[in-house]
Amino acid sequence: MNAADKKRVLREMLFARRFEERCYEAYVERKIGGFLHLYPGQEACAIGVMEAARPGHDYVITGYRDHIHAIKCGTDPKAVMAELFARETGCSKGRGGSMHIFDVEHRFMGGYALVGGPFPLAVGMAKAIQMKGGDEISICFLGDAANNQGTFHESLNMAAVWNLPVLFICENNLYGIGTATHRSTAVTDQYKRACSYGITSNQTDGQDIDQVYAAAKVAVDFVRSGQGPYFLELMTYRYRGHSMSDSGAYRTKDEVEEWGKRDPIIILRDRLIAAGEITLEDYQAMDKEIFAAIENEIIPYAENSPEPKVEELEKYVLAENDPYVKGGVR
Amino acid sequence: MAEIMYWEAIRRAHDEEMARDPLVIAMGEDIGVAGGTYKATKGLYDKYGPQRIIDTPISENSFTGLGIGASFLGVRPIIELMSVNFAWLAMDQIFNSAAKVRYMSGGQLTAPVVIRSPGGTAHQLGAQHSARMEKVFMGIAGLRVVTPSNPKQAYGLLKSAVRCNDPVFINEHELMYNMKGEVPDGEYFHPLEGSEVTRQGRDVTLFGYNISVHWSMQAAEILAKQHGIEAEVVDLYSLAPLDRAGIRESVSKTHRAVIVEEAEAPVGVGAEVMAIINEECFFELDAAPVRVSAKMVPTPFNHTLEKASIPNAKDVVAAVLKMISGK
Repeated sequence: MNAADKKRVLREMLFARRFEERCYEAYVERKIGGFLHLYPGQEACAIGVMEAARPGHDYVITGYRDHIHAIKCGTDPKAVMAELFARETGCSKGRGGSMHIFDVEHRFMGGYALVGGPFPLAVGMAKAIQMKGGDEISICFLGDAANNQGTFHESLNMAAVWNLPVLFICENNLYGIGTATHRSTAVTDQYKRACSYGITSNQTDGQDIDQVYAAAKVAVDFVRSGQGPYFLELMTYRYRGHSMSDSGAYRTKDEVEEWGKRDPIIILRDRLIAAGEITLEDYQAMDKEIFAAIENEIIPYAENSPEPKVEELEKYVLAENDPYVKGGVR
Repeated sequence: MAEIMYWEAIRRAHDEEMARDPLVIAMGEDIGVAGGTYKATKGLYDKYGPQRIIDTPISENSFTGLGIGASFLGVRPIIELMSVNFAWLAMDQIFNSAAKVRYMSGGQLTAPVVIRSPGGTAHQLGAQHSARMEKVFMGIAGLRVVTPSNPKQAYGLLKSAVRCNDPVFINEHELMYNMKGEVPDGEYFHPLEGSEVTRQGRDVTLFGYNISVHWSMQAAEILAKQHGIEAEVVDLYSLAPLDRAGIRESVSKTHRAVIVEEAEAPVGVGAEVMAIINEECFFELDAAPVRVSAKMVPTPFNHTLEKASIPNAKDVVAAVLKMISGK
């Protein structure tokens, strides 16, 4: 990343932070319902990895903490917010919700809410890429706790056996909901578990976007050059509870404060200030612009969009007028 | 029209669809080098190679999920689950991914996969290889379920399922792969919805699907020859959705209904057909509909017990005679 790229990703990370904080407020105001899993603390992961990949070209799939992954792939934040507000203009037409953001046009292939569910889907997309001969790669973002599902082992095995172009990103935030990793997992260094399947893997700091980018660049190039799957573990931390219904009481105040000192946005901001690329005033102005965009454009768009029509409740269950249902066309 | 076996019909559909479209693939346990437990892909590994005839590891949930993920990008996988009992392991991906992705993406993403699997009690395979699971699949929004009772349907339903843009579960039967029947020489696409009147009758309708169509046909012959009762047999090859119009039409003609199913009665095809009869044509009935179903036991190993656990043609005859005599 050159200086201009770094300034841009700083803005993207700050936008992600403010977007998610605004979701929190909207949830408290009861404008967003259901489950809501927020991303603050982990911004350098999705944004750093996708900076090294090709957003909108590579296929991306993830779990339910998915808003920022979609936005980084190119999804309009207005369509994401409208989805959270359950509107027809939402990226999943109000049928998906926070955990099921989809934007196929930008190759964001969805957020899925069964922990570990996306592993085989990601490997399947890689199989399709391999068959079709494209230069895309399949990127699967999941958390550390997903690696205790059978799908992790089954999918990594198949990815390795068939040498498929899939990059597994493990955002290790140290907890599976409220259970600390060491209490649920025999081998807590997740990258070591990929070695069981002969998959090249690495572990790096997920709070410093320069390190995320460097490690992701190696991983993306490896997969794109046809050398097979790769597993990259990013050590990170989520500031809030697992979801809005989780206060995070299982963590000590000291631990939360310690991780707060390694905030991905502050790390990059201070580095750019020290390098003379930006001033603190520039940063504050950027923050104000982001706040204004969210308040003046994104929230009103979501709030003023129509809800889906009840008459269209059963739309999208099955294909419409598929000729083979009646025995095909001659 | 040539007479071929059920497995040959399935194999032919695979071969034609794979020859036509390079994005059609088949995957499952032992389907490639070994040629398939039921020969459904016999010889196709040599013809299409390991990229398209894929021997999977024994990881039912994830290889099913892999097929679903590949279908997101336009691949058309035909996934074989060696026994429907193993489909329980793949339920997460079938239910949570394939059946729901179109809806929860607001119509953006579809999973046009075909999942084939044999169910049914065969020849002393024990409790964990003899289950019938169609009742589970037919209650899932976003999934089509069909079940061929003969080689023509086995061929034509698979052809249509591969081309249809919905996920389709094809419920086959362990005992039917060697059954012979006529299949059109030219390409044939069987409708994925509807039902077929296999035998015309006026006194009672026997609703069957898959192997129970054959028990119903045998029962109808006995009823005609020995008792002068003309039973109509309706083949419910589509279990999801069930053919409401076809059920109504036949019951409105015969005024009596017996549903014959190899599975246990609770929450099953028979229960659903009875509900449809109630909703569609209750006042056409001359007698309360009955089900001829399996006993509520895990399938026993002992051959005599095994046979006693599932219905047969005699049970169907007895149910009809009881219904008509009113005793």
